[in-house]
Amino acid sequence: MLAFNFFGATEGGLFDINATLPLMAIQVVALTYILNSLFFKPVGNVVEKREKFVSNNIIEAKNKLSEVKKLEADLLTQLQSARTEAQRIVSEAENESDKLYKEALELANNEANVSKEKARLEIESQTSAARDQLSKQADDLSELIVNRLILEK
Amino acid sequence: MFFNSLLTKFAALEVGQHLYWQIGNIRIHGQVFLTSWILLGALLVFISLGTKKMENDPKGLQNLLEFLWDYIRDLARTQIGEKVYRDWMPFIGTLFLFVFVSNWGGALIPWRLIKLPSGELGAPTADINTTIALALLVSLSYFYAGLSNKGWRYFEYYVHPTPIMLPFKILEDFTKPLSLSFRLFGNILADELVVGVLVFLVPLILPIPVMFLGLFTSAIQALIFATLAAYYIGEAVEEHH
Repeated sequence: MLAFNFFGATEGGLFDINATLPLMAIQVVALTYILNSLFFKPVGNVVEKREKFVSNNIIEAKNKLSEVKKLEADLLTQLQSARTEAQRIVSEAENESDKLYKEALELANNEANVSKEKARLEIESQTSAARDQLSKQADDLSELIVNRLILEK
Repeated sequence: MFFNSLLTKFAALEVGQHLYWQIGNIRIHGQVFLTSWILLGALLVFISLGTKKMENDPKGLQNLLEFLWDYIRDLARTQIGEKVYRDWMPFIGTLFLFVFVSNWGGALIPWRLIKLPSGELGAPTADINTTIALALLVSLSYFYAGLSNKGWRYFEYYVHPTPIMLPFKILEDFTKPLSLSFRLFGNILADELVVGVLVFLVPLILPIPVMFLGLFTSAIQALIFATLAAYYIGEAVEEHH
């Protein structure tokens, strides 16, 4: 029916085309459907599920890594600011103590000066008092001597 | 004298002999179907064993099948393009597997040990009917792919880039299935004949390298057939700008 022979042969030959052709085509189409449901779909599902899983994990890991980097940078800036803050506090305290020391020193100096002056004044007044007393005694003595001399004559 | 005896021996290869099955009014080549059923049955058993218990961590057969799947996907994706390769991957894969299994089955299994009343068993792809059937399926596929993806704009392909290309592109529609079918048929038949003749002349050692060459050719032919089919489909769905 479908047989049309090449090379004038009545039957057979290498180029004997007959109903084998359409039947083989149908068989291959059927095979396509069978393999699709038996092989391509299930294996594809598994492989693509795994690929999705892997790529999701990679994305997640990348996100986490960037987060970690951000946190690290954050911490670093915090550390930096804490350091400068500490430095500032230390220098402030140093200044403060320096000021206090200077103030205390000045106060002490002043106090010392004052007491020194007071002592000097006291010494002076006592010296002058002693001198006055001395000169008065000398006067008394001279008067006594004079009176004695006059009376004995 | 020697030449005559050689010819009779060559005739003993039964080139062009077929095992005819009569179904109603039509006659078919029984040996082609017999071998294809055996080989496809083996393929289906192999695949159902491998996909029986699919796990996320592939083991054994599943690994091999996943490798095969990945190989076919890469083939389809590179030739057809990212957009529609999914629709055509089963067809391309089936072509590849069918041709590969047929070629290797024909070359590896000693079919000659099974005696038939007429003709002999061999690779199904060594029969012109099989290869023309495959090639015509490819032709139908790329027409369908082009028309379903681009509608009537598919025919712009024939006048792209200039209308001068029109006769050549029409001619191509005929030469594509012709070259596809005859390349496969010729390669596989030639390999079978060369091995057959060599086995007749020098039954020891000498045919072995030719048999290895045949296995190589068989694999390459399967790859070429699937790649070209994918390329033709890709060409039909490609957008011209």
